Amino acid sequence: MTEAPDKGREDAEPPGPAVAMTAPQVDAWFVREILPLEAALMHFLLRSRRSSSEADDLRQEVYVRVYEAARQKIPHPAKPFLFAVARNLLVDRVRHEQVVAIETVADVDTLAVAIDEPGPDRSVIARQELRRLEAAIARLPRRCRQVVVLSRIEGLSRREIAARLGIGEATVSTHLTEGMYQLAKLLYGEPHTQGGKP
Amino acid sequence: MSPAGERMVLPSAKEIDLRAAEWLERRHREDWNEADQTALDAWCAEASAHRIAYIRVEAAWTRAHRLGALRRPQNRGGVLGAASRLPLLAKIAAAVAVLSAAGAGSAIYFKAPPQKVYATAIGERKTLALSDGSKVEMNTDTVLRVVADGSGRTVWLEKGEAYFQVRHDSAHPFTVMAGGHRVTDLGTKFLVRTDAQKLQVSLVEGSIRFDAPDGRMREPLLLSPGDSVTAKENTIVVTRNSERELAKDLGWRRGVLVFDNTTLADAAAEFNRYNREKIVIADPAVAQLRIDGTFPNENLAVFARAAQQLFELHIVERNGKTVISK
Repeated sequence: MTEAPDKGREDAEPPGPAVAMTAPQVDAWFVREILPLEAALMHFLLRSRRSSSEADDLRQEVYVRVYEAARQKIPHPAKPFLFAVARNLLVDRVRHEQVVAIETVADVDTLAVAIDEPGPDRSVIARQELRRLEAAIARLPRRCRQVVVLSRIEGLSRREIAARLGIGEATVSTHLTEGMYQLAKLLYGEPHTQGGKP
Repeated sequence: MSPAGERMVLPSAKEIDLRAAEWLERRHREDWNEADQTALDAWCAEASAHRIAYIRVEAAWTRAHRLGALRRPQNRGGVLGAASRLPLLAKIAAAVAVLSAAGAGSAIYFKAPPQKVYATAIGERKTLALSDGSKVEMNTDTVLRVVADGSGRTVWLEKGEAYFQVRHDSAHPFTVMAGGHRVTDLGTKFLVRTDAQKLQVSLVEGSIRFDAPDGRMREPLLLSPGDSVTAKENTIVVTRNSERELAKDLGWRRGVLVFDNTTLADAAAEFNRYNREKIVIADPAVAQLRIDGTFPNENLAVFARAAQQLFELHIVERNGKTVISK
């Protein structure tokens, strides 16, 4: 009965990728699509470079390239794009550093195979997330862990934490900063040891 | 082994990541102010590496917050060690006691704040422009109550679905109540859908806080964009949505339904939300067929024809119903 002669709507377009993205949209996309791939990316980078601080620097450069590309246009799908950028970066590096062993060059090519291992499951059931978070927090240094737990879980302020632990507020800040830094590394950069595979 | 000079343009990733963590730590202090925010914005604008490092550490910290929110009281201990805090139930009991004591005396004098009720019919879509500049788009078959008093802005989603674009005002928080759950805006665009079985809240932009009605969550859940909370009777699940999934859920704002490997049963249920004339799938095997595509949500005929051609099905119109069978 509400059937109206609806001309020209049959060919409604499927929702394509958005064209102009605002900075918050790119940020959100980055957090949602790229950060969950960090563990795989680090694995990829570590296999070819060995030193972990060097891999961190490479990771940062890959992120900058991916992020800046996304400002122009969000790449779909994200994963192959991320690894293409990483691979190109490695190839560039190898070209610049003639001292690098041939083995590394070979690695860059063979690594392409490793990329398509099952990606992280996008829908994270609360319980899995809980386990991962607990594992990450358990790996923080003791004092740092206490401060993080009091702040993030118990919701105490800097002053309250200082009073509770009998330390200065500046020290609380130092531990919190360290905790934030470490948690980002543990939550994104470390392989998901359990329950990762479907 | 040592990097060439040309490559030292950027400080090391570790330095930038630590710097980002320092910003975040300061951001969480009580004395954070406009000037600090300006300085942080400037730092983020300085280099993409800065901005990325900041959103990364912030995202991790937000996730860590969920640990507090998702953790049930009885699961405590373990890595977190003993904590000295009132058992949650005792706290709630105390709070309830205070409330009911106050309620008993003041109920007679309580005057309801002015409220307005808005509704859409089946197939109708309506946009409300609230006086504070916020916008609410109501989907089909939806009922909303809006209360605005001096202390804040509250919308009750009685049934249906609505998309909120909220003008943030920390002095007057914008709250959506649905099925006893509470969604508090912290500057935001979000979608709320409720029916008899479940409540779903999806965040598109900004940040919101989600509270469950009972002691299920020790702390409210802070959502970041792309997060979606589904609350059913006994579970609360947080999922991450891709851009595509979100666009799909918001298709109704353009008057379309988007199906992506969707069973005909689910597709029919979606159409039935928008149309008085209902689709009935007469055969369980047919109900399990899957379909992709974008369809105008008020045009059953287009959908029926597509299904018919795709799967060679029979379509019969009967008593205001479109019956699909083999």
